[in-house]
Amino acid sequence: MTAATTRDVPAENKVSSTPRTTSADKRASLVLAAAIVALNGGLAVVGLWGNFASAAIGASFVLLVLMCERIGRLVPVKGRGIYERTLALGFPLLVLVLWELAADSGFINPTWFPPPSRIGAALWDLSTRYDRFSGTTLLGRPWLMPEAFSKDGWGGVWNLVAESHVFATVARVLVGFVLGAIPGVLVGVVMGLNQTVRLMLDTTLSAIYVLPKIAIFPIVMLMFADPFGEAPKILVVGLSVFILMAINTMAAVRGIDKVYLMAGRNYGAKGWSMLRHVILPGALPVIFSGLRIALGTAMIVIISVEFVRAKQGVGYMTFYYWEVLNPEKMYAGLVVVMILGVLLTYALQWLQRRLMPWQR
Amino acid sequence: MTATMPVVATPKIGARNVSKHYPTADGTMVALEDFSLDVADGEFVCIVGPSGCGKSTFLRMVAGLESISLGSIEIRPGREKAKPLNSVVFQEYAIFPWKTLIENVAFGPQMRGVGRKERLETARYWLDRVGLGKFADYYPHQISGGMKQRVSIIRALANDPEVLLMDEPLGALDAQTRVVIQEELLRIWEETRKTVLYITHSLDEAVLLGDRVILMSAQPGRHLATFKIDLPRPRTIAMTNSPRFAEYRAQIWEKLSAEVTRAMEAQP
Repeated sequence: MTAATTRDVPAENKVSSTPRTTSADKRASLVLAAAIVALNGGLAVVGLWGNFASAAIGASFVLLVLMCERIGRLVPVKGRGIYERTLALGFPLLVLVLWELAADSGFINPTWFPPPSRIGAALWDLSTRYDRFSGTTLLGRPWLMPEAFSKDGWGGVWNLVAESHVFATVARVLVGFVLGAIPGVLVGVVMGLNQTVRLMLDTTLSAIYVLPKIAIFPIVMLMFADPFGEAPKILVVGLSVFILMAINTMAAVRGIDKVYLMAGRNYGAKGWSMLRHVILPGALPVIFSGLRIALGTAMIVIISVEFVRAKQGVGYMTFYYWEVLNPEKMYAGLVVVMILGVLLTYALQWLQRRLMPWQR
Repeated sequence: MTATMPVVATPKIGARNVSKHYPTADGTMVALEDFSLDVADGEFVCIVGPSGCGKSTFLRMVAGLESISLGSIEIRPGREKAKPLNSVVFQEYAIFPWKTLIENVAFGPQMRGVGRKERLETARYWLDRVGLGKFADYYPHQISGGMKQRVSIIRALANDPEVLLMDEPLGALDAQTRVVIQEELLRIWEETRKTVLYITHSLDEAVLLGDRVILMSAQPGRHLATFKIDLPRPRTIAMTNSPRFAEYRAQIWEKLSAEVTRAMEAQP
């Protein structure tokens, strides 16, 4: 009996489904939109929205997801890409708009949670004005660059760039990243191939890996003649990247299908040629996902180091504006960190496509 | 009919009393026991046996990819000393996903230090020969399983080894593709007459391709029987329908089925 009914249902659906579900989806998404408005509007009118804020936000989110799914079903295959991009960008935009409204209406304290428009204005201010008191410049006073160029050529422009916070942070991250990643990958390869080395190093590295790098920063500072210079900052970034990449590359090398190693050996690869033609390319996909995580770690480490001890850098700037009670600019600093993170990740993805053309 | 001499004075591959033991937590596991085999120059020998009889292990020992516990295996070098002794066609698609087809085929010569121009010419010759010339710059993920295994086979042939070792090369393919590549393999072998050691599960394949079929016992692997296949060359797929072919297959199956049953019962 049950077998018969389950067989009948899809058959019935197939015959008359397409037009009916389309209109049903349309109606449903309208109903859901109305429900979101009614829920929040109703609570606001009664004056209880504040008391049930988290419940209202949660329920609205669920209703919104259901609504977007209904709308998604209505989108033709051709428009799928646009729909997905709209969803991916539209939601964060919606959050920003709601934040703006909430701060304007005084629902959240605009002193500590300044609305996005004011953070944007602060970011503009940081980029286009020089704070004489702190000697702070985010991008290195771009408005002076044409003049510097005509006076001293590229050297003059370079001097301006070098004084900027963005340059200081990016330079530390990149130098530390490269200095940590290259030996990290090499040590990881050795650990992946040689059991003795693996057994000797694995536990040690796992132990150091979990240490917050900011906690060993004071020790690293003591290792240098100039503890307040660039070297300890770069080293602590490099160390975090090194340990992560060693562990990650070890896993990558061990994960290479044995048949590729056998094929490499059988066709005469050994030593360097084995590494270059079989082991490195075989491990590269996993190495790259490790590099992506390591990049994030490098950012986290450098920002926290700059919070603690630096005279230049986005982390220093963010903390400085916190100390002088200028939350807008502090938020602007955080936004710069996020933008840097996204840009560096894009750069890494570009490199990945260049180095691994076989992965679509 | 003289092409199918089983044993000659100096075999191309000579395996004497070969055994393979693995140490395990509860004692030694014997994968292969006292196995001897001579393969003559230019002979095509197929090994069949139930799963886990150690036939792939034996092939990897011939290839030097696995250590030999007891006994000895020798491949007689040819007149050209630069030629590699053996090249393996692996069971899975062991062509490198990170190299284009032409780079894959040119890999063996590249490792032996052959110049770029020459090795790419060799690779292109072989790609053209199996009809993959226009895919030379494709990556393996862009082609079908059958095409991948073709590349795997010509990668070995482009290396021009003294002996070709094939470890169930068609095992992962669907039945139709399998037949097409079997036919291609026959054609190429008739033209090159390489010494081949071929591991397979399929009796049809063994009888169709081999000059001799070696039957191995279930674990531990031992030599069970040898069948000389006196079908005329050049062979074609059509021969699989001939009465003599059926006779050979029935003969081998009779022995093998008992062994397969034994192997299945032995498994926990």
